[in-house]
Amino acid sequence: MAGVKRSLAVDLVGLGLSTPVMIASGCAGTGRELAGLVDTRRIGAIVTRSITLRPRRGDPTPRIGETPSGIIWSTGMQNPGIESFLAEELPRFAKAGTAIIVSITGGTLEEYVRLTSLLQGKPGLAAIEVRLSEPDDELDRPILGAHLERAIEIVGAVARMSLVPVFAKLPAVATDLVELARGVVRAGAHGLTLLDAPLAMSVDAETLRPGLGAVTGWLSGPALKPVTLRAVFDVARALPETPILAVGGVRSGEDAVEMLLAGAWAVQVGTATLIDPAAPVEVARGLAGYLKEKRFGSPAELRGRLRVPAGLEGPVRA
Amino acid sequence: MKRGRAEILSTRRLGAYHSITLVAPEIAERARPGQFLAIQMPEGREFLLRRHFVIHQASRRGGWAGTLEFVVDPTGPGTAWLGNTRAHEFLDVIGPLGKGFSYPKRLTNCLLVAEGHGAASLYFLAQELIARHKRVDMIVGGDTLERVFKPVEGKRLSQTIEIVTADGSLGDRGSVLDVLGDMADRCSTEVLYAAASPPTLERIAAFCRDRQLPAQVAIEERMGCGFGLCFTCVVPVARKDGSGYDHLRSCVDGPVFNPARVLWDRWLSDAPIMVPTPPEGLPVVRSWPG
Repeated sequence: MAGVKRSLAVDLVGLGLSTPVMIASGCAGTGRELAGLVDTRRIGAIVTRSITLRPRRGDPTPRIGETPSGIIWSTGMQNPGIESFLAEELPRFAKAGTAIIVSITGGTLEEYVRLTSLLQGKPGLAAIEVRLSEPDDELDRPILGAHLERAIEIVGAVARMSLVPVFAKLPAVATDLVELARGVVRAGAHGLTLLDAPLAMSVDAETLRPGLGAVTGWLSGPALKPVTLRAVFDVARALPETPILAVGGVRSGEDAVEMLLAGAWAVQVGTATLIDPAAPVEVARGLAGYLKEKRFGSPAELRGRLRVPAGLEGPVRA
Repeated sequence: MKRGRAEILSTRRLGAYHSITLVAPEIAERARPGQFLAIQMPEGREFLLRRHFVIHQASRRGGWAGTLEFVVDPTGPGTAWLGNTRAHEFLDVIGPLGKGFSYPKRLTNCLLVAEGHGAASLYFLAQELIARHKRVDMIVGGDTLERVFKPVEGKRLSQTIEIVTADGSLGDRGSVLDVLGDMADRCSTEVLYAAASPPTLERIAAFCRDRQLPAQVAIEERMGCGFGLCFTCVVPVARKDGSGYDHLRSCVDGPVFNPARVLWDRWLSDAPIMVPTPPEGLPVVRSWPG
């Protein structure tokens, strides 16, 4: 087993992980819930729930519902705020024995900058993931990071300040995803997380009410897998040197293999973790099995191995 | 909290409900009334999330030692699938989850109010209270005869019991709220426990507030994971010092709450988005047990 473990290690250009399988943002609780359900040392990295500058109480319930092959949810980014997070949750996460990536989000440039400055030098912090799908409070737009110039401004500011690698989690609603990816990488993002959950809604015909207390929410789960694959594939061809973390629809080793073949450097497991807390470990095991069977030496060898028809090397679609 | 594959020992139909008994010694050993299980759904179906069921019975001693019983109300595709499982099949179970009921130290007269499948956890609680030499009285209700859970078991466990159905097919016609005042007077109730639908719980909370009755209620809010990861099953609960309220996860901070601290209007509001925050004048509540 030692050999298999070694062969799963990945290097995200300076950020080394024991396996390329992480827990996606919002699926790891407060740092104490996973203990007892899974050996966190066997997870490549844990992305925390998105932290805001001030505490957020979040949305009214119901906050979750099932859809065919997916879930829709809206927590309203409930979190205790950065100060309480740094005092209580991050030290707990730091003991998990794995890399901790803190997800930050906000509605103004100032919020992102202050969050980044407060995170600097904190023990246990391996990287920052910048979530860009909150409403833009300054420019009064529904999704802050869907606009190129705004995403560049925010990610650039965070990346310039941060002493640890910064991953930009791109919104699913971007009109030109590749252009957005190029922009934020040029602005200083170390890597990209593709994609954030798309906006979604459910309706209960019986009660004539929306399924979620917040009316609209986000779609997660296996339903997203083809969307994620396309995003990873197109962005990876445009930016082959940029570490890409694939998130959305990964629940098995096979899914992880497909994401890596499409060009991802690592994967994040979200919804599957809510169902089976050991899912990230199982995904890594499935990936290891595939590598062994197909005689690949490491996950990195899968990247870009997808055999595409000649002619697809040209400029990528948006 | 343990996770494992548990074999189904037996399944039974109980009126509208299905009762499933599992062989799960590690969970049964730790289980307390009010706690629940998270059961994984089969692979390859459209429904993904675990389903959550309150523990009806956990046997630590005797011939049934190591078994665990829970009750399924088959209302959706996931619960219907569970209702059709058979003995010797295996389920992936995580439990016991959540904070269960606590027992009063000094007070003795307990009134247990159950609606529908809520009785499942309260019968377990009744046994534990009786073992602690408390007096147990019950109000058990349901829409129809079929939806009154194990009325005979209720009679066996309680000093006095009032059974009500909405259509009058068993016991008196009405709801548990109609007989609440009478029962509390007649039984000199000192402590109240309830497991019922949210609107009923809200009325029970008001009743307990008026009468200054210490109480605990088991709430049901829609859950994602059941073990604290996803922050979806939250309930607005006032802080002890009255400085505001927090959205507490019913899976780790509940599902049993002190009803005096739950902000019912906020939780159950028809137009939740329109409710202004924060509220004025939150109740200051002494800590349980009273």
